[in-house]
Amino acid sequence: MEYLPNITFLLILVAGIGYFARNVKRLYRNIKLGKDVNVSDNKSQRWKNMARIALGQTKMVVRPISGFLHIIVYVGFIIINIEVLEIIIDGILGTHRVFASLGVVYDFLIGSFEILALLVIVSVVIFWIRRNIISIKRFINPEMKGWPKKDGNIILYIEFVLMLLFLTMNGADYQLQNIDALHYVKAGSFPVSQFIAPLFSEMSEDSLIILERTAWWLHIVGILLFLNYLYYSKHLHIVLAFPNTYYGKINPKGQLDNLASVTTEVKMMMDPNADPFAASTGENTGEPDKFGASDVTDLNWVQLLNAYTCTECGRCTSECPANQTGKLLSPRKIMMDTRDRLEEVGKNINKNNGELIADGKQLLGDYITTEELWACTSCNACTEACPVSIDPLSIITDMRRYLVMEESAAPSDLNNMMGNIENNGAPWPFNQMDRLNWKNES
Amino acid sequence: MSNELRVPTMAELFAEGKQPEVLFWVGCAGSFDDRAKKITKAFVKILNKANVNFAVLGTEESCTGDPAKRAGNEFLFQMQAVTNIEVMNAYEVKKIVTACPHCFNTIKNEYPELGGNYEVVHHTQFLKSLLEEGRITMEGGQFKGKRITFHDPCYLGRANGVYEAPRELIRKLDAELVEMKNCKKKGLCCGAGGAQMFKESEKGTKDVNIERTEQALEIKPEIIAAACPFCNTMMTDGVKNKEKEEDVAVMDIAELIAKAEDL
Ligand code: SF4
Ligand code: SF4
Repeated sequence: MEYLPNITFLLILVAGIGYFARNVKRLYRNIKLGKDVNVSDNKSQRWKNMARIALGQTKMVVRPISGFLHIIVYVGFIIINIEVLEIIIDGILGTHRVFASLGVVYDFLIGSFEILALLVIVSVVIFWIRRNIISIKRFINPEMKGWPKKDGNIILYIEFVLMLLFLTMNGADYQLQNIDALHYVKAGSFPVSQFIAPLFSEMSEDSLIILERTAWWLHIVGILLFLNYLYYSKHLHIVLAFPNTYYGKINPKGQLDNLASVTTEVKMMMDPNADPFAASTGENTGEPDKFGASDVTDLNWVQLLNAYTCTECGRCTSECPANQTGKLLSPRKIMMDTRDRLEEVGKNINKNNGELIADGKQLLGDYITTEELWACTSCNACTEACPVSIDPLSIITDMRRYLVMEESAAPSDLNNMMGNIENNGAPWPFNQMDRLNWKNES
Repeated sequence: MSNELRVPTMAELFAEGKQPEVLFWVGCAGSFDDRAKKITKAFVKILNKANVNFAVLGTEESCTGDPAKRAGNEFLFQMQAVTNIEVMNAYEVKKIVTACPHCFNTIKNEYPELGGNYEVVHHTQFLKSLLEEGRITMEGGQFKGKRITFHDPCYLGRANGVYEAPRELIRKLDAELVEMKNCKKKGLCCGAGGAQMFKESEKGTKDVNIERTEQALEIKPEIIAAACPFCNTMMTDGVKNKEKEEDVAVMDIAELIAKAEDL
């Protein structure tokens, strides 16, 4: 019986981490459903981007208020989690405050954790007010109805409760230290929870211990639950922001990729000496490549990683000229749709023993409409605004490519424009031979 | 003032066994659109005055393929690109200047992979270097103290990080450069990019160019400076829509300079 708490702790820890590992495997598998893309170039630039944008949060502070609060929550949360290390060791070994022997250093650590915890609570409350009372526009766009809105709030509640539990635990501990309770070594400084402790002054030693233990257990169980909540939430960005900023676009924003499959065909059409049968004897003897994307599996894996990384912050959408002028297009929705569809495909694969059984649905049409796609001006306001280097424009472009090259489904105005380019070398019906006429016109 | 523009073509120079220092890529708008042709001519006047040894492709130039690519027609884009690259490589083109940010972006960023490697500059960058080299001198005269705001073209600004060259030129005019609340990295699109120029816009509450024009008018400029023929059209339409064409002119940076020089 003596080891019951240790064993219980271990079981919970293993279950929590095990379930998380299962989800990480699924996440990895789903991302790898995307097409391969070569991102092995410019390593040093990529590391720099990750350090600057993900770690340094340089894009967050473009909007100073939310950026500043976000840094508090981010730093606070990461640093306070050092405390989790102690909790885990204590839990497994049955010790109490195993690092207490660090003395002054320990006092300093616990002291700073407490101050950060308080700051996190304050920030989280402000975040909640911004989302629910001030109702800042980017948090109430149509795509935020239902789960996304709830998700945003759940994260805030969990963070609030975890911080509160941490402070309660310390407050009770402090009180126990004051009454010289057995096992409760005098260690740590409690700049915040010393003000909570007086609330417990009437309590007996036994109830104090129960309170301290309860807060301790709920705190660690809560952290494990939160860890497992990530996969289902936009909060996944706390992990994926790092790889995503590493793999994010490093070319000039205006540069779109040139489809290699098209290059092969064009070169052949232009070259009078080319062997017309060369294409079919090339390396891909199978089905010809599909041009563009109609479903998530046509996108590349970086685009899918983008979708899982999206924080649903809506900075992209609030800068989007189409969205600002009331069009249906919202770059955030493009990313959320991509993730939702990818999850649907992933669940399909889980259900069917690792195989994708056609479900008659796709990203185009069932999630993203052509009206949204055609409203984009390719202005890159969204990619500039995104704090984690997501590129909604590349998905929009790939889907337009599918519409035009596979379905010939461009708006008729655009068909005219393209017909003109094909015939006269200009998007308007002017003759190429008149191209220099301006020289002599007055 | 001589009205004769000197506009040699690559073919003419080639026949004489000569190479220009730079190819002026005029672009479709610059060649055919009535408003944009004025920008083309203003730029040529400056080039002539500075005695820049340039040439155009003339009837050998064809659309870069930008609107086709942004519309999703990669085939048509690459056909255009490969054709243009063949022509330019045959003339051994090294350096290109263009007054269209879309042509600028496409040739600079998307042609290299298809075999077209050139040094590509936007006309505002080119004008700035002419100024620095002392090949043109600018006196503010006409524009002294005028309130001028600059509308960043997406394909020059965000797409390629060029924000300062056009602004420096405006300052050189002794004008008062005033910035819109959304400028540089946060500049709002005029609504023309991504092939929108060639189609009706989707259902919404407003046209993008109206929104952008309102942002410009907010700061009460006398001139809205543009650096892209498409932005120019969009902003001109916006100003007309607001019935402000009497008070606010939309002008390309090249036109501002040509006017300042009395060209
Ligand atoms: S690139 Fe397209 S989606 Fe992105 S902000 Fe511009 S118009 Fe919106
Ligand atoms: S794409 Fe980027 S900017 Fe847009 S909602 Fe997602 S994280 Fe925010």
